[in-house]
Amino acid sequence: MPKVTYVHPDGAREVLDIPLGTSVMRAAILNGVDGIVAECGGEMMCATCHVYVEPDQFDRTPPQSDDEKAMLEFTASERKPNSRLSCQLVATPEFEDLVVYLPETQV
Amino acid sequence: MPVPVAAIIGAGQGGFQAAASLRQEGFDGRVVLIGDEPVLPYQRPPLSKSYLAGETGIEDLWLRPTEFYAKQQIELIHGDTVAEFDRAGRRLRMASGREIPWDHLVLATGARYRPLAVPGAELDGVLPLRTLADADTLRQRLDEAREVVVVGAGFIGLEFASVAIARGADVHIVEITLQPMGRVVSAQTSQFFTDAHIRWGAKVSLGTGVTRILGANGRVTGVETTDGRRLSADLVLVCIGVIPNAELAGKAGLAVDNGIVVDEHLASRDPSIFAIGDCANFPTPFANGRVRLESVQNAVDQGRCVAAHITGHPEPYQRVPWFWSDQGDLKLQIAGITIWHDNAVTRGRPADGHFSIFCFRGERLIGVESVNRPADHVVARRLLTGEPALSPEQAADEDYDLRAHARKLPASPRAQ
Repeated sequence: MPKVTYVHPDGAREVLDIPLGTSVMRAAILNGVDGIVAECGGEMMCATCHVYVEPDQFDRTPPQSDDEKAMLEFTASERKPNSRLSCQLVATPEFEDLVVYLPETQV
Repeated sequence: MPVPVAAIIGAGQGGFQAAASLRQEGFDGRVVLIGDEPVLPYQRPPLSKSYLAGETGIEDLWLRPTEFYAKQQIELIHGDTVAEFDRAGRRLRMASGREIPWDHLVLATGARYRPLAVPGAELDGVLPLRTLADADTLRQRLDEAREVVVVGAGFIGLEFASVAIARGADVHIVEITLQPMGRVVSAQTSQFFTDAHIRWGAKVSLGTGVTRILGANGRVTGVETTDGRRLSADLVLVCIGVIPNAELAGKAGLAVDNGIVVDEHLASRDPSIFAIGDCANFPTPFANGRVRLESVQNAVDQGRCVAAHITGHPEPYQRVPWFWSDQGDLKLQIAGITIWHDNAVTRGRPADGHFSIFCFRGERLIGVESVNRPADHVVARRLLTGEPALSPEQAADEDYDLRAHARKLPASPRAQ
């Protein structure tokens, strides 16, 4: 299981082992990581599971669909080149030691 | 001094959110969250979609894990119901006999399925779809079902129908009005989805009611329709809408009229009692008067609004409503409340399977229905928040840049 690190805006870090096939969003919800809201439950409807992927590691994440790109227009915190919806970050072996930064706010 | 108690009746998406947001906003009293189902608070939308189809499991439904409630000091009571609440004495009386005091009361009681009042409705195989238990039963019954009749062509009926077809059943959709989803979408969108279900293999009978349900040995064998036909069935889904759970509020002397009547702060006539989500009837700038909405967005945003109010930051509730439905390979997304439009403008080509209907009342954009066009939906949520208004001509012009237009609007998804 890849280890993924969630970095809170205050710098606090939480590390989770994410089973392959589980999303970075779902793992955060199941483990009570604050800062991921996931209002729609992973339907790409709400943009409240926004994260910033460590820029050096962005290439390791799966490609963005047009739907995700559209939803990223609606994030509550600033959209950056490394913005992703964490419901779309479904863990693969490539995710080992992935670092994602949580935005200031999701709503 | 005793600590204040915020009691929340109903542990669906709205009640859960009110509890979680009270803690986020720093409420330091007791938070008591009461649900009548014997399970953790869960998401309902997948019950008629991915969960029903067997694509996701129960662990994907929980809003938060068990530990969350302890960590946030949310006292979760599930499997007990509130028998009545005493406004003068500020106490809840539970069915179990237990009493709970409260200082702030949030009614998030939701809605229940509306039964079909015809002979035979009690037969085995005539089922609703509202709760996790309902979904578990249907998921299992769909393994065996060959002929399915869906009574009522709303979101849930049509979502169920698309799953049942995909799982190999013959499906017949019976709808009493002439327009599937007619309570929530334009004639154009309704027609598009009706055609899609027929293309996927469903039979659709519009303007058709059910006069009785037929059975043998206690099991359903079919339905009899208002035009005298007998449709055979081994499974009948009844999804003809819901009844808001407003009886407790009515008994306590609060106003009830298609839900619990609340003001723009979601407060009832008793300022320490609020109603949110499917059970609340509230005024909104997005409709022509009052509405009662059944959606995740509405429940969640209203839960947040009430939590902010209780913690000393009252603001009127003015969030843009949005909805979604998954049917087959079609994703329908609705921003705003479109039903009172008098001018519908199509952007894109329905024949291509990607289009949006921009709904206007006079010159004012009131809502947008998007089919497999999420970019339009996202922009629409922002377009509904204020000036500069989008004109019907701009909406119809595929070369007009909606995103650029939306960027001129305020970022916050609120009404002005």
